[in-house]
Amino acid sequence: MRYEITHTTTYTYEEAVSIGHHLARMAPRDLPKQSCEFHELDILPEPLSMAGYRDYFGNATLFFGLHGSHKSLKVTARSFVDVTAPTPPKPLDTPAWEHVRTAVHANELTPDAEAGEFCFVSPYIRVSEIFADYAAVSFKTERPILDAALELNTRLFRDFKFDPKATDIATPVEEAFKLRSGVCQDFAHILIACLRSIGLPARYVSGYLETLPPVGKPRLIGADASHAWVSIWCGAEHGWFDLDPTNNCMPSERHITVAYGRDFSDVSPLRGVVSGSGEQKMVVAVDVMPRKPSGLFTPVQPPSQSQTQSQQSQQQ
Amino acid sequence: MDMPPTAESMGVAAMLSAYREAGTFDEAYASERMPRPAWASFLASLGKYNEADLHSRHESANRLLREHGATYTIYNQQQSADRHWKLDILPLIIGAEEWRTLEVGLKQRSRLLQKVVADVYGERRLLKEGWVPPGLVFANPGFLRAAHGIKPKRGSFLFHHAVDLARGADGRWIVLADRTQAPSGIGYALENRIVLTSIFGEEFRANQVQRLAAFFQMERDALRASAPQNRDNPTVVYLSPGPLNETYFEHAYKARYLNFPLVEGADLTVRDRKVFLKTLEGLRQVDVILRRVDDTFCDPLVLRGDTWLGVPGLMEAWRAGTVSICNGLGAGVIETPALMPFLPGLCRHLLSEELKLPNAVTWWCGQQRELDNVFANLDKYVIKRAFVGGAGQPVFGSQLSREEREKLLARVRAAPHDYAAQQLLSLSTAPVYEDGKIEPRPLVLRCYIVPRGDDFEVMPGGLTRVSPSSQGMVVSMQSGGISKDTWILADGPVEQLTLLLPPTIVLRPERQAGDVPSRVADHFFWLGRYAERLEDAVRVLRAVWQRLSGEGNEDQTRELAALVPWLVALGRLPDRFGSQVPTSELRTELASLIENHKREGSVHELLSRVRYNAMALRDRLSDDTWRLFNQFDRDANPRGAKMTVPDALQLLNTLVLDLAAFAGMEMENMTRGHGWRFLDMGRRVERSRNLIYLLKATVYPAPRNDAMLGPLLEMCDSAMTYRRRYHARAQLAPVLDLLVADEINPRSLTWQLNQLTRHASKLPRDGSEGRHGEEKRQVDYMLSLLAGANFSAIAAAEDTHPGGMLNLCDELQTRVITLSDTITQHYFNHALPK
Repeated sequence: MRYEITHTTTYTYEEAVSIGHHLARMAPRDLPKQSCEFHELDILPEPLSMAGYRDYFGNATLFFGLHGSHKSLKVTARSFVDVTAPTPPKPLDTPAWEHVRTAVHANELTPDAEAGEFCFVSPYIRVSEIFADYAAVSFKTERPILDAALELNTRLFRDFKFDPKATDIATPVEEAFKLRSGVCQDFAHILIACLRSIGLPARYVSGYLETLPPVGKPRLIGADASHAWVSIWCGAEHGWFDLDPTNNCMPSERHITVAYGRDFSDVSPLRGVVSGSGEQKMVVAVDVMPRKPSGLFTPVQPPSQSQTQSQQSQQQ
Repeated sequence: MDMPPTAESMGVAAMLSAYREAGTFDEAYASERMPRPAWASFLASLGKYNEADLHSRHESANRLLREHGATYTIYNQQQSADRHWKLDILPLIIGAEEWRTLEVGLKQRSRLLQKVVADVYGERRLLKEGWVPPGLVFANPGFLRAAHGIKPKRGSFLFHHAVDLARGADGRWIVLADRTQAPSGIGYALENRIVLTSIFGEEFRANQVQRLAAFFQMERDALRASAPQNRDNPTVVYLSPGPLNETYFEHAYKARYLNFPLVEGADLTVRDRKVFLKTLEGLRQVDVILRRVDDTFCDPLVLRGDTWLGVPGLMEAWRAGTVSICNGLGAGVIETPALMPFLPGLCRHLLSEELKLPNAVTWWCGQQRELDNVFANLDKYVIKRAFVGGAGQPVFGSQLSREEREKLLARVRAAPHDYAAQQLLSLSTAPVYEDGKIEPRPLVLRCYIVPRGDDFEVMPGGLTRVSPSSQGMVVSMQSGGISKDTWILADGPVEQLTLLLPPTIVLRPERQAGDVPSRVADHFFWLGRYAERLEDAVRVLRAVWQRLSGEGNEDQTRELAALVPWLVALGRLPDRFGSQVPTSELRTELASLIENHKREGSVHELLSRVRYNAMALRDRLSDDTWRLFNQFDRDANPRGAKMTVPDALQLLNTLVLDLAAFAGMEMENMTRGHGWRFLDMGRRVERSRNLIYLLKATVYPAPRNDAMLGPLLEMCDSAMTYRRRYHARAQLAPVLDLLVADEINPRSLTWQLNQLTRHASKLPRDGSEGRHGEEKRQVDYMLSLLAGANFSAIAAAEDTHPGGMLNLCDELQTRVITLSDTITQHYFNHALPK
C-alpha cells in the first residue's frame, strides 16, 4: 500500500517567543516491509539553524533553532510511504517466554542482549508487581511468547476503555492502569510496562494508522491522528514483532512506522523548548491518504480545507 | 608561640602519648609511640604545644572558615540546617614515596575510564566483546542516549575525575568509588589548605608540603587548551546550578580562584549551534564550559525537560563541536560501583597492564551468580545504589533486623541491576582533634585527577573526610563528617616561586562589560536596591523606637503621634493603627517589623534579600565584604526573647553602622567596573524611590502634621545640616529644599538623580539609540522637573490648597519605577533580542 501522509503541527504563543529549540522525529523509517520514498519538512518561520542526524534508536531526527520574535510555529511533514503487511510467525512456533527472558540478559552484546535494552525502566515507564501480576495471567509457564503476548494484547483491549478525556500527556502509566482507560499512548505504555515487569523487552512505536471512514461516509481529510503501538521481542530467530493494543490487532499494511524508542519521551514527533512567558496552544492535523503507486510523481495539492482538530501532544 | 605546658593546659605531647590506635591501620603511628616517618616531624613540633594552643588554632580555623563564607546558609530562620564546613586542624600526611605509587595508580585509572566511556558512547566494542555486561549500560540512568555518537572534538568525556580511597588493614590504598560526572570537593580542599597554612604556617613550610597552586594553574591551562576555537583567548565559564546548591560555596570559590566567570544556565543561550554568554554588551561566544550541573539537568530539550538549570540546545552545540564541555555530558555512566569488578579485565584488555590500584571487593547485582553470592553473604556487604541518581543511603547488611533484611532483599530482587554490594572495610584511622582530645577516627581520602596533554596530573593533596565518631562506618560530609587538609610531602625543597605567592592571589585583569553576565549585573543592581531599602527600614524604625523610650519629652510624644499615622500611610503599619492603639501593641508590631522574616519589608526579610543577592555574587565580592555580611547576621538578632526598647535601639544603631560600613566599602574599595555601576545605580534608584514615598506620606492624606518633619530629617540623615543651616524648627519649605532640591546633600533627590545621570552616560550601549540611551533621557527629564519646581511656592501652596506636592511625588514615583524597568529590560533580559 502507498500513502501520502501530511502531519501539520501549529503552535501559537500568547506572548511572542524570542528563541526556540526544537527536535522533530517525523520521517517514516525505512524497514524491511516499509520504505519511505519521499519526506520533506516545512517549517515556518524559517529556522536559523538546522541539523539532521539519526538518534540512538536510528530515528531520523532534525534539530532546528528559531531566533527572533515569533508568535507561531508551523511544522508540516509530508511523506510518501510504501507499506507491505508483515508476515508474523505462527505464535505457537515462537520460543517459550522464559527462554527469551534469559537470553536477553546475556553478558555479551548478542542480538538478544541488544533487545534487552528495552526491558529496563525508562523515563515514562516504571515496572511494578501490579503490571507483573496482570501479565502473569497470560504468561503461563513455558507458553510461547507471541501466543501469550497476543492474549495479553487482547485482554488489554477488552479491559481498558479508549477515552481521550481520561488522561493527558503527563498521566503516569500507573494512573492510566488504575483508571482502566486512556488513549493509544497509554495503551502502549501499559502493555510495555506489563512486559517489562516480567523481564521481557518491549519498545514503543510511534507512527500513523490509516483510518477508514464509516461505511457510506466520505473520508475526512485531516481527521487522522498520530498513533502508537508496541513492539515485542520474540527471540533472535523471529526478532521484533508489533502489537497494537488500542485496536487489538497485529499491525498490518495500514500501520506506518515513524520511530522506535523506550517510551514516548524518546520518539515525541515534535519536542521543543521556547523562551517566553505566555501560554502556548498546539493544534495537530494528520492526514493519511492512500495513493496509487503512480501517484507519487504527480503533483499533489496540499489539502486545501483541512479540518483541524485540537488535541494534546499525546499520541492517540 | 612555644609555651611550656601549664597546669591548666595539658601538653600535646601528653595527649599524643595517650593516643591509642583503634586496632586497624593508623596513619600517624606504626605502633604505640612510633610515628610513621612522614608524620615524625609534624608530630614532634605538635608535641611542643599545649592544649590551649590547639584550641586557639581550632578557633582561628573556624573564624577563617566563617569569614570566607564556608559556613553560608541562605538566611532563613525556619531552616537552621547546620551547614558549617567542618575542618579538623590536624592534616593527613602522606610521604613522597607512597604518594608516587598512588599517583601512578590514579593516572592509570583515569586513562582507563576515559577509554571505557569513549567506547560506551562510540563503538561499544567492550559490550560486543563481553568485557562489560550490556545491562550495566542499558539499565544505567547515567547512560545518556542523546550523547550517543558524539565525539568530543578536543578533550574527552572525562576531564575531572575524583577517586575515593581508603586504606585496608594491610596498609594498601583501595578504591571505594569513582566520581566522574561533576566531582565535588576540590574547592573545599583548597579552602582547607588556605586555612591550614595560616594556622600551621611554620610546620607547613618545615615539612616541605607540596603546593596546590601549580595544579590549579595547570588545570586552568588544560581547560583553556580544550577550546575548539579562539584558542589564544578562549572564554571559559564555570556553570553552576546556583546559590541553592549545597556546594555553591565551592563553585564560587573555585571560579574566583581560576578567574572564570561563574554562570548559571540562564546566563547562557544557544544560537546557531553555538553557546553564548549573555553579557551587558550583548552575546559573547563561550568556548569551554566547566560544568557542575548534573548530566541530566544540562539540556531540557533532549534530557530532563522539567528543569531550568541547564541550557536548551547545549547537547546540539556540543555535537556540532563548537564548545568543549568538561566533563562531557553522559560521563556519569561510569560513576558506578557496578563497573568496578570489570576494571581489572578492562585494564588488561585496553592498556595491557595490571590494574595498579585495587578496588574494594564489589559485586554488581545485575548478574545472577553475583546476586546469589551477595544474598548468601549479606552480612559481609554494604548494599549501595549502583547508578547515579539512585536514591537512598548505603545499607549495612550486618546491621539489619530480620524484617529489614527481607525488605531489602525484595527491593534488590525486583531491580537487581540497580544495586551493587561492596565488602566492608575496616578503614584506617588518623588523629583528630576535637573537644580537647586527640583520638583516632576512620577516614576516606578523595583524590583529583585531570588530563594534561596525553598524560594526567594528580592534585598533590586531596579532600580527607573523617567520621564524626571513632566508631563511624560511614564517612561523608552529608552525614556530619569532618574534613582534613591533606599534606603530600616533597622529596626536596618545594619550588620557591609558589612559596612567594600565597595561593589565593591570582591576577585579575579588569573586567569589561563583555565579561559581566547580565544576571550578575542584575544581582548587583538588586543588592544595591535591597541594601538601601534595608537602610531605609532601619532608619525609619529607629526614629520610631527612639520616641518609645518612655521618658520622652513633649516633643517626642507629639512626634510619635505624628509618626504612627504616617507609618500607616506608608503601608508599614496596618490600618487599625490609624486610630489610638495601646503602646504595648505598637511595640509588638514594631518588633515584628524587625524580626518577622516572613513579613515583607521587615528588617530580617530585607536582610535575607540582601543576602540572597550577595550570595549570587559570591565570586565577585571581597572577603571583607563577606565578613561584613556575616556581621549583619549576628547584629540583626535580638539578645533576648522579648524585644525591649534598649535592645531594639542597640540592634538598629548597630545595623546603621554596619550598613554604613558596607556603603563605605562600596565607595572606597570597589573597582569602578560595571558591577559597581549597577550596584550604585540600584542604591540611587532605591533611595530616590524611598525618599519620594516618605515625602508623599508626609503630605498625604491630609491634614499634614508638621511634627513629622523632624523625624523625617533624622531618617534622611539631614537633621544636623538642617539645624546648622536654618536654626529653626522643621518647616516644609526648607525641608523640601534640603531633601529634594539641594545639590550638595548626598541624601537629596537631586543628588541621587545627578549620580544616576552620570552612571547612565557610561552604560554599555549598542549604538542604536543615538548618543545617549533611554535611561539618561529619563533621568534628565526628572532632573528638569525638579529644576523647574519652585519649592517655596509649592510649600506655601500646600498650606492653602494642598495637592501640588502629591502630584509631583506621584509623577516622580512613576518615573523612578519606569527607570528601573527600563534598566531591567535593557540590561538584564538578554533572552529577548533587541
